[in-house]
Amino acid sequence: MLRIKGLTKRYRTGDLALKGIDIEVPDGQVMALIGPSGAGKSTVIRCINRLVEPTAGTITLNDTEIVGLRSGELRRMRRRMGMIFQEYALVERLSVMENVLSGRLGYVGFWQSFMRKFPQSDIDEAFRLLARVGLDHMADKRADELSGGQRQRVGICRALIQNPELLLVDEPTASLDPKTSRQIMRLIKELCGERKLAAIINIHDVMLAQMFAERIVGLKLGEIVYDGPPDKLTPAVLTQIYGEEDWASTIRKADDDAEPVDEIAPATPAETPVIERARLAGLT
Amino acid sequence: MSGAIVTSKKVWQRHDRKTQLAVWAAWLFGTAVFVYCFQLISERTIWAFVWDAPAQAADLGARMVPPAWSYIHYLWRPIWDTLNIATLGTIISIVIAVPIAYCAARNTTPSVAFVRPVALFIIVASRSINSLIWALMLVTIVGPGVFAGIIAIGLRSIGFVAKLLYEAIEEIDESQVEAVRSTGASAAQTTVYGIVPQVMPAFAGITVFRWDINIRESTVLGLVGAGGIGLELNAAITQLYWTQVSLMLLVIIGTVILSEWVSAKVRHAII
Repeated sequence: MLRIKGLTKRYRTGDLALKGIDIEVPDGQVMALIGPSGAGKSTVIRCINRLVEPTAGTITLNDTEIVGLRSGELRRMRRRMGMIFQEYALVERLSVMENVLSGRLGYVGFWQSFMRKFPQSDIDEAFRLLARVGLDHMADKRADELSGGQRQRVGICRALIQNPELLLVDEPTASLDPKTSRQIMRLIKELCGERKLAAIINIHDVMLAQMFAERIVGLKLGEIVYDGPPDKLTPAVLTQIYGEEDWASTIRKADDDAEPVDEIAPATPAETPVIERARLAGLT
Repeated sequence: MSGAIVTSKKVWQRHDRKTQLAVWAAWLFGTAVFVYCFQLISERTIWAFVWDAPAQAADLGARMVPPAWSYIHYLWRPIWDTLNIATLGTIISIVIAVPIAYCAARNTTPSVAFVRPVALFIIVASRSINSLIWALMLVTIVGPGVFAGIIAIGLRSIGFVAKLLYEAIEEIDESQVEAVRSTGASAAQTTVYGIVPQVMPAFAGITVFRWDINIRESTVLGLVGAGGIGLELNAAITQLYWTQVSLMLLVIIGTVILSEWVSAKVRHAII
């Protein structure tokens, strides 16, 4: 169970990125964090594993306070949280296997890792994970030889070999094509299910968020403006999060049967095509 | 007549009128300075010597051929010394330059306010003094010979290697480092897994490039008594043994070509 209370982040430039966020993520829940660029999604995730130092607030993972940990304790804490990155963030010049095993760095000593002498149990687990994502035959390939989807799978293995209690996922599909995006999201969801793993997924793609997350939190200018199930994500809510647009086509089609989108839509239908045309002409 | 056209078509030029004028004025000024300087130099030149130069060069050239091939047996040792000066000097410089580069790079330095300026100063100091001058000083300190040459090459190379290496460190992709750090890796592990693989190609390229430069530099160190083939060259020139001089020049050219070839091969293999 991850508990975030009153999380505030003010960057050195003076920008208030987060204005006292409260989120609770129970074990095994896959939560999507949506919101426009600059809303503070990445900052939330990076505050949790303290790649970014929070200004105020408390974060506890299974009753361990994260804010204020000293370097040694912080390292042990980071082992319990796996992170998956937007541009994969694999070490390009290392092999797939080395990249996966780097997820165990918090558990092995310096010389062990320097000489690449990882315990056999780690290597077994790495092969098992690579096989699970269908990349066991690629173990000795260099990371920069892989395609985008394959790289993200390696990134997922690197996070999972930590045997984490929480998965932090930052825009996992931003550099992937639509089909690969779905495959990656499905894989993350499946793996979370298999391991009863909680996940926070930052994602731009609202449709993907609705398809694969059981809970959606909408962030706008550092504040939570929506927190609820995917099927309650109406055009009104999306307008609140992102601003005025034609949301009818963004909402997942399957929801149409349950809740007719048109009835809820507050935007006047006549106005929408005008906005669309202006946007296409590049005038806005 | 063109009024209608001017209003209907937008005029585009690379520079506006003012900038055009400024560019033209700058060219005029540059040309004037060149002509003036040429006059100054011309007044202080004894042109008779210059007109005589081709004849002098041809004369010297004639005295240089054929190279004294039999003298080559005396040159193996000095050229081996020269190679050693370059190689050992490069190794010493790398050992010292790597930690300095780590301290100088903005993203890895332990302290931007204190350690970084010191590292940058060492780099500038090393780079601003030519290896020949280092050698001159070192010959008086440690005495003439190969050792002075090695240290001179090493000291001069520290700045070069450290500067290029710290620039390479500053250009790495931070997200890869962040990813390694987020697994709970220690600072040392983050360096080895996140930073070292990224700067390795640059490091190899810089090292081989500097070794290549050092071979050329170490050929002249002998002129001030710091060992190597320069010592022989200096002796031959002062004694006017021009056929020996030409042989040494050929040996030096051969060595440099060999080092170029080796460094090209190594760079190709690593990058």
